[in-house]
Amino acid sequence: MAQQIMIDPVTRVEGHAKVSIHLDDNGVVDAAHLHITQFRGFEKLCEGRPFYEMPSLMARVCGICPVSHLVASAKACDAILAVRIPEPAAKLRQVMNLAQIIQSHALSFFHLGSPDLLLGMDSDPAQRNLFGVLQQYPERARDGIRLRQFGQQIIELLGGKRIHPAWIVPGGVNEPLSEERRDQILAATPEALQIVQRTLDWFKRGLDQFREEIQSFANFPSLFMGLVNDSGGLELYDGHIRIVDATGHIVADRLDPTAYQEYIAEAVEPWTYLKYPYYRPVGYPEGIYRVGPLARLNIADHCGTPLADQEWAEFRALQRGAVLSSFYYHYARLVEVLYSIEQIEYLLHAPDILSEHVRASAGPNNAEGIGVSEAPRGTLFHHYKIDAQGLIVWANLIIATGHNNIAMDRGLLQVARHFINGEQISEGALNRVEAVIRAFDPCFSCSTHALGQMPLQVQLLGPNGTLLDEAYRGG
Amino acid sequence: MTKVTLATVWLDGCSGCHMSFLDMDERLLDLMEHAELVYSPLVDLKTFPDMVDVTLVEGAVSSEEDLAKIRKVREHTRILVSLGDCAVTGNVPAMRNLFGVAAITERAYQENVDLHPQVPREVIPALLPHCCPVHEVVNVDVFVPGCPPAADTIFFIVSELVAGRRPDLSGLTRFGA
Ligand code: SF4
Repeated sequence: MAQQIMIDPVTRVEGHAKVSIHLDDNGVVDAAHLHITQFRGFEKLCEGRPFYEMPSLMARVCGICPVSHLVASAKACDAILAVRIPEPAAKLRQVMNLAQIIQSHALSFFHLGSPDLLLGMDSDPAQRNLFGVLQQYPERARDGIRLRQFGQQIIELLGGKRIHPAWIVPGGVNEPLSEERRDQILAATPEALQIVQRTLDWFKRGLDQFREEIQSFANFPSLFMGLVNDSGGLELYDGHIRIVDATGHIVADRLDPTAYQEYIAEAVEPWTYLKYPYYRPVGYPEGIYRVGPLARLNIADHCGTPLADQEWAEFRALQRGAVLSSFYYHYARLVEVLYSIEQIEYLLHAPDILSEHVRASAGPNNAEGIGVSEAPRGTLFHHYKIDAQGLIVWANLIIATGHNNIAMDRGLLQVARHFINGEQISEGALNRVEAVIRAFDPCFSCSTHALGQMPLQVQLLGPNGTLLDEAYRGG
Repeated sequence: MTKVTLATVWLDGCSGCHMSFLDMDERLLDLMEHAELVYSPLVDLKTFPDMVDVTLVEGAVSSEEDLAKIRKVREHTRILVSLGDCAVTGNVPAMRNLFGVAAITERAYQENVDLHPQVPREVIPALLPHCCPVHEVVNVDVFVPGCPPAADTIFFIVSELVAGRRPDLSGLTRFGA
């Protein structure tokens, strides 16, 4: 009879995610699943509320990437208003969106990822956190705090508040940027640039130590999806959807993001609250695709800013075709931070950036609106329908982390096949299971809540539910 | 001198209150000279210690797992702080109460689905019929409203608590701050 190994919880503390590894009759791993154990119901609980409340409400989906939800939601509302927002407003929204990419990637890389990279995956769990890094590598820890702060301060300078600013609104933004604040942001960019450049340097120098991780962390062919702009460059705010395959060939291009239902479908499985989106033309689960920093660098023809373009070219030279190892998500995050800082500087130098004309006004003109943008972790879709009074009657969200759901399961399977044999759970297996999920930087708070590293409690269960082995890691 | 022990717990919130905690930026490092973060999504220690001096809770009580967790945390905490509107009032997660669990799962897992529509029930914890604020199920010592409370506010209350004082929050925060 088939057996099941449970890893519970896999979150760093909270236990909102679990992993199960299924053995067949011969004790061979034949499936692995990530279980998202929490569900909040935004698609329903927004019902009956005015559509213009949506950006503020939907930002509460996630406190790590609230600006992404603000942007996608406001774009869906722009569509309901049927307005084209003023160009300066679009630029200002982009600046805030980029600032959030910076702070979220800094959190993922430094606060959550760097303890593993610097202290080692087998270091003392009591020390394996940002404060442990601070003791041994104070410069790196401070760099991380400063870089995240840089992003958060831009958000605050624009929107008056670091988390859940009510500044991005249907039709644009609700306050123009003052010259003084623009100059404050510009004055801070050189330090941020230096931080990301020296971080890229040490990260690249250290890559050799992680050969095994690079090889085994969800390293497989899949499709990659994300937005690109008209010239095929990296795009985080607007643009069209492009999908490439593992060889780097374009499978689909210039897809209209608002027609997402034509190429993305979603499946439900009984063991998790997180749905499994798949590429509709290929079907489920073969239509596996990845999104987020790794995918975006794989689908784009360039970044579009000088320093990031150099790094992008070096990154893409790692592998012919697409870069396939999910370990490289960490690397791709740093390249995107570099791009974001450069792009913020570029946007803030635009002649119309201080314009007073930052909001278009209209009543609801369409009964339906779809907003799409790139969140730190991948493409984000908000889709609303309203009644004649402008009250929400239906909503659908596809959250960035969800797109990677099939890939995360497949990554777990790859690791489990490699490291689990017989009825023993090795330390190596625990480490890898933990790390492969972390490489994706899943924003469980968008669907549940798990931050970064995951202490593991692994149970290997026999055919009749008896405990064969139990392993424990993380404190 | 032994440091004051500090924990942070995450129930049904958006993580924004934890992010606001991080927004203390470099002040966080000063704080950690007097306090030790012994349990939190931000550190790797997994077991909730026998007794923690101060625990900050983000989020409402939404699932059976949340309920079990907050009861356990209460037992092992001297001063329990409801951090943010979700913990204090139920806020956004409690908006589902208007509709009920069946309606919200139906929308997500039966209606907005292309393949295998079904409500997931295996392995994962069930949602409580009623999502509620923390003090509805355990005793809370300090309430800090805000969505999220500002980093300055969090710095103030944690510094006061670490110094052994009860913070006076009047004027520092409000609902939805
Ligand atoms: S109070 Fe606000 S910021 Fe805090 S968890 Fe709830 S929604 Fe997020």
